[in-house]
Amino acid sequence: MRKTVKLVIATSTVALLLGSMALVPKVASADEATLVTQGKKIAENRKEGNCFACHSYKGAYLPGNVGPPLVNIKTRFPDEAKLRAQIWDATKANPNTMMPPFGRHEILSNKEIDAVTAWVYTL
Amino acid sequence: MKKLFITLGAISIMGIVPLLVTATPQSDLQAFRTFYFKKFPGIKFQDYANGIYALDKNRRIELQASEEFPPYDDAVAIGKKLFNKYGLKSCFKRGGIGIKQNYPYFDKKTGKVRTLEKDIMTCLKEKGINTKKEKLKYKKGKFAAISAYMAYTSRGNKINVVIPNDPRALADYEAGKRFFYAKRGQLNFSCANCHVDNVDKMIRGNLLGPALGQTSHWPAWRKKWAKKAAKKHGGNSGPLDGLGTLQRRYGGCNKQVRAKPLKAQSTAYNNLEYFHTYMSNGIKLNGPAVRQ
Ligand code: HEC
Ligand code: HEC
Repeated sequence: MRKTVKLVIATSTVALLLGSMALVPKVASADEATLVTQGKKIAENRKEGNCFACHSYKGAYLPGNVGPPLVNIKTRFPDEAKLRAQIWDATKANPNTMMPPFGRHEILSNKEIDAVTAWVYTL
Repeated sequence: MKKLFITLGAISIMGIVPLLVTATPQSDLQAFRTFYFKKFPGIKFQDYANGIYALDKNRRIELQASEEFPPYDDAVAIGKKLFNKYGLKSCFKRGGIGIKQNYPYFDKKTGKVRTLEKDIMTCLKEKGINTKKEKLKYKKGKFAAISAYMAYTSRGNKINVVIPNDPRALADYEAGKRFFYAKRGQLNFSCANCHVDNVDKMIRGNLLGPALGQTSHWPAWRKKWAKKAAKKHGGNSGPLDGLGTLQRRYGGCNKQVRAKPLKAQSTAYNNLEYFHTYMSNGIKLNGPAVRQ
């Protein structure tokens, strides 16, 4: 168990680096649009992201209010990698946070987190 | 998504327990309730017995309506019959009537925390009752009905949990306190995250109630449990369907965070109940109560 977690941490750091490098020349593409659609789906699935259990955002259905509304994300997170890091493990920034560590606890896979991040970045 | 239950061993306790070196149960209790009193100046101390219904007026009106024909009435009557049938009164002080406020207590002889449910079970065994055959199991059904009857006879009595100045009792109390503040499960929430830090907030459609007063009304009659049981019986509801003990609820709150629930009456849950109930000392018992 611990081993897998470590492995996940290691691979995700790599993915994080690769991810942010790949993002440098950012062009909106059809792939990007699919990623955003996928991300929204994962985020709104109760058994996956379930983000609106705690966050409201434009168009959220009966959201909770444990977390702040997801708005102006690009202004809040000029660096998309920082946004991804918040979703991957919110306890890094705040050890007692309510936000589940989606990556660290393997609630979502790295690919799923990429998709969710892409979607959140549009909010 | 992988739905993995993270074992309770894998919890992290990251500086969230108010780790005052000088903390005593008394000082913990003061700090615990001062937090709520400051946050909700309009809520009276005794109202904390009503959980989320103390916070939300609309829900309270709904609750009061369901109390006009209490769904647990038959369960209390059945519990009384069983209590008499098994001759349980000889095992308890005052014949078992009006004593729930003193539970859980620390038993000097065994060095363990004893809950009311534990004492009921021990008594049944002492009487030679075949609990398996009689389908008397912790958490629900006929067993919970006995506990509900005993709770009913204790209504209005103020919770009075004693932590004696015995290092073993203090250690059990501390273990319960750590459990309450430790993050656990795949979702990584502590009891305190939901019932202290984010009290009065909404997690999806659920209003998060205060931990203060949470132990006053057990076993409770939950609509959710009643529905679940009725579904199992092909839509027919029975008189004991909605009933469940406090530790049944603990299991539910552990599952919500995708942590493996512990066995009812395990040492860890009993210590949690010890800490959790002590925090509500002075609140009047009002069980069984209806909950959503
Ligand atoms: C159980 C509650 C909960 C869930 C579920 C949750 N969050 Fe959060 N989130 C929070 C809280 C609380 C914060 C506030 C900062 C902190 O305490 O870490 C937060 C902060 C954030 C932030 C930073 C916002 C800002 O403006 O600084 C982002 C972005 C975010 N969450 C995205 C998500 C996404 C995406 C999901 C789902 C995949 C999600 N959250 C699920 C509770 C939650
Ligand atoms: C993810 C959030 C969450 C966590 C973590 C959580 N609970 Fe709960 N709990 C709830 C919700 C929602 C309810 C139903 C609303 C209420 O009564 O507060 C509830 C209800 C309860 C109740 C019943 C209250 C009543 O008045 O009937 C008890 C007791 C309880 N929780 C104890 C605990 C304990 C002990 C823990 C830790 C082991 C815990 N909870 C962890 C969300 C949570």
